[in-house]
Amino acid sequence: MITIAHASKAFGDFLALHDVSLDIPTGSLTALLGPSGSGKSTLLRAIAGLDDLDGGTVTIGGADVTQVVPQKRGIGFVFQHYAAFKHMTVRDNIAFGLSIRRRPKAEIRRRVDELLEVVGLEVFQNRYPAQLSGGQRQRMALARALAVDPQVLLLDEPFGALDAKVRADLRRWLRRLHDEVHVTTVLVTHDQEEALDIADRIALLHKGRIEQVGTPDDLYDRPANEFVMSFLGSVSRLGGRLVRPHDIVLERAAGGSAVDGGIRATVRRIVRLGFEVRVELQDDDGAEFTAQLTRGDVEALALREGDAVVASSARGTPFEEPSLAVTVAS
Amino acid sequence: MRLRTGARLTARTVALAYLTVLVILPVAVILWRSFGEGIGGFLASVTTPAAISAFNLSLLIVAIVVPLNVVFGVTVALALVRGRFPGRGALQAVVDLPFAVSPIVVGVALILLWGVGGWFGGVEALGVKVIFGLPGMVLATIFVTMPFVVREVEPVLHEIGQEQEQAAATLGASSWQAFWRVTLPAIRWGLTYGVVLTVARSLGEFGAVIMVSSGFPGVSETLTLLVHGRYLDDHNTFGAYCAATLLMAMAVVALVLMTLLDRKRSTR
Amino acid sequence: MALTATRSRAGNPGPGAPAPSVERTARARRVTGTIGPLGIGVSVLWVSVIVLLPLAAMTFTALSGGLGDLWEAVTAPAALAALRVTLGTSAVVALVNVVMGTLVAWVLVRDDFRGKGLVNALIDLPFALPTIVASIVLLSLYGPYSPIGVQLNATTPGLTVALAFVTLPFVVRAVQPVLLEADREVEEAAASLGGSNLTVFRRIVLPTLLPAILSGGGLAFARAIGEYGSVVLIGGNIPGRTQVASQYIQQQIEIDRPVNAAAVSVALLLVAFVVLFLLRLLAGFQRRREEKAP
Repeated sequence: MITIAHASKAFGDFLALHDVSLDIPTGSLTALLGPSGSGKSTLLRAIAGLDDLDGGTVTIGGADVTQVVPQKRGIGFVFQHYAAFKHMTVRDNIAFGLSIRRRPKAEIRRRVDELLEVVGLEVFQNRYPAQLSGGQRQRMALARALAVDPQVLLLDEPFGALDAKVRADLRRWLRRLHDEVHVTTVLVTHDQEEALDIADRIALLHKGRIEQVGTPDDLYDRPANEFVMSFLGSVSRLGGRLVRPHDIVLERAAGGSAVDGGIRATVRRIVRLGFEVRVELQDDDGAEFTAQLTRGDVEALALREGDAVVASSARGTPFEEPSLAVTVAS
Repeated sequence: MRLRTGARLTARTVALAYLTVLVILPVAVILWRSFGEGIGGFLASVTTPAAISAFNLSLLIVAIVVPLNVVFGVTVALALVRGRFPGRGALQAVVDLPFAVSPIVVGVALILLWGVGGWFGGVEALGVKVIFGLPGMVLATIFVTMPFVVREVEPVLHEIGQEQEQAAATLGASSWQAFWRVTLPAIRWGLTYGVVLTVARSLGEFGAVIMVSSGFPGVSETLTLLVHGRYLDDHNTFGAYCAATLLMAMAVVALVLMTLLDRKRSTR
Repeated sequence: MALTATRSRAGNPGPGAPAPSVERTARARRVTGTIGPLGIGVSVLWVSVIVLLPLAAMTFTALSGGLGDLWEAVTAPAALAALRVTLGTSAVVALVNVVMGTLVAWVLVRDDFRGKGLVNALIDLPFALPTIVASIVLLSLYGPYSPIGVQLNATTPGLTVALAFVTLPFVVRAVQPVLLEADREVEEAAASLGGSNLTVFRRIVLPTLLPAILSGGGLAFARAIGEYGSVVLIGGNIPGRTQVASQYIQQQIEIDRPVNAAAVSVALLLVAFVVLFLLRLLAGFQRRREEKAP
């Protein structure tokens, strides 16, 4: 368990963290999610001790580590750009922390072999980082961080520098690793899909403050505010309310009567994306929004471009009052 | 632009003629003169007691100057790249200063600081002869070679960034351990290149050293001073040519090393 | 373990929300990678003792008799003559090498012939050679025992040849990389629009090369004015004709006139600084112009 209490940090005039408090449960995989500049990396580095806080405390495993150097916090850190020791082989990279602690050679050898197997890099053990792919380098960095049995594993946008496919594969691999090793893990990411995919808990940050903390379902289905809702998934504005595109129900407009609770709209475009169909609509006031239907729904309605329909939401939303325009996040 | 054959050949001829007259021919002539009495004659000329003593002195100066420049040069480079302090820009400018200073001016400045009557002239009273002694020659050589290691290490430090060192910290390494095991290996080729430049320049320094040296053959003559002394004082032109050829050979070796290292430090 | 779920409204906190009391936690020791105050102190000390202090002592000496004495020392007839010879010859040499250096760079980049690699390597020789060796090397061909009967010792041409030798690489090595990177397609476009070779060179290629040429020429000039070792044997040290500033300074030290020596040294340094400063301005101007381009 990591406890951050009233953390604040400024870089010159820019307030990166503003009175942030957060508990991270032992053994969980928690994602610090947010757009750039939200303070998530700053928070992670503060937990690591790589940056000092201006105010507030950090507690790891019950001990106050706010004044403690990173070397002594019992953490493992994985950087976005790997920070591989370029002049050392993969083996030597992984063994680094152990050799600093002057463990006996035999023990080091055994542990490195173990980790090479866990991350699947046995074949590359005598290569240099420059000869590995990005994904391989990151797995090496992970093994290196785990070698010293940290109480806490901190990852700073670890998949940010990788291709989309490698990113998806590697994050699921990380989740499986976490399920086996059970180290308290904190992951910083700006990719909400990544957070929803593998995290037990998500803390969403925005402009140096925490917007909401909870399980992925908590944040997706019961967002605390508009920002959370639009960051976690796509949103559509239905007559002044924010709803999820896949919660919108379309019915044929009967004559000129307005249906209770529904909005009259015209179908502008129908885009078939495999199983899902995206229907772009425009209401009578000219505002555009999107609904997401299945192929079946569309065929059942025999929807064509130019049709008049009535759109309503299957679920209520807590955000009734009009607010500043929200872009349709995707 | 594609030059017509005539223009192209003319350009080539003029350029090559210029280089021949300026560089190739003089080098050829001195080689011819140095070996005019055969290899034996050449070797005899460069192994006289005075020559050997000059060689030893030059090497001694190099042996003192290089380690000092490595230790302090790396420190200065670290301060310039990683440090945050007022006057960092000024420090950078001062590091580049030696390139703008004439070697004679270096000598004058050192004499006016360390010589009798200078600000630090008091050392003389303590029995340490700086000007007209080895320390003076060492100081002059350090002045002119100071920028090399710093300027070769700086860009490398910039390039590798701080992340590797931070990673080492999270893995438990102290500042010293991180420097020794992560930073130093990362800068080793830039550092080596800087050392080669330092050695080459130290062996070749003339103007600054002649001002602060008493110039006695066999005692306080470096190789460059030997060349000068043989030509001017001894009227031993042959001896001067041979010593000059020896120095030229060293310069070529340095050039070759630099070319080899250049490839290493850009691919790492 | 209870999870603290913090809910807040999106956007700014309400007006008047008090800032939390920020306790200034004492700084934990900085992470490795940054150099400590000791390292910075050592660096400053080292650079000061080695470079700054000697130059400061010299400047003080030059000013020890007040600005009036300094001016007198610099404008003494012999000193002026030496400065005239130095600045004049260096300017000529810089000009010569600007033209020939650009030509050599052109031939090395755009032409191809047997032995080009060797010629290219040769360009660095004057850089690497000790200055006194340069003097001797040139003397062997152009000195009193010249095998071709050309004796340039104790003449101004001799001085010029020596300085040209030493400063040859500056312009060549400055221009080469720019030529290598030059966009041939721009030249081809100009040619296709009807430009003759001369026009293309004058209006397309030269402007691209100009900053590098000026930079190389400036560096060559700054180097030439301070030269000693390469001219000391071939120049002849004739006051008013072939005595350069550095030789004059050395003479003043030998006859125990440190103030004169320091004064002329300061003058020489100032010229070098001005040239290098102008070069830096030019480089900054050039960079800013390129950054403005979309």
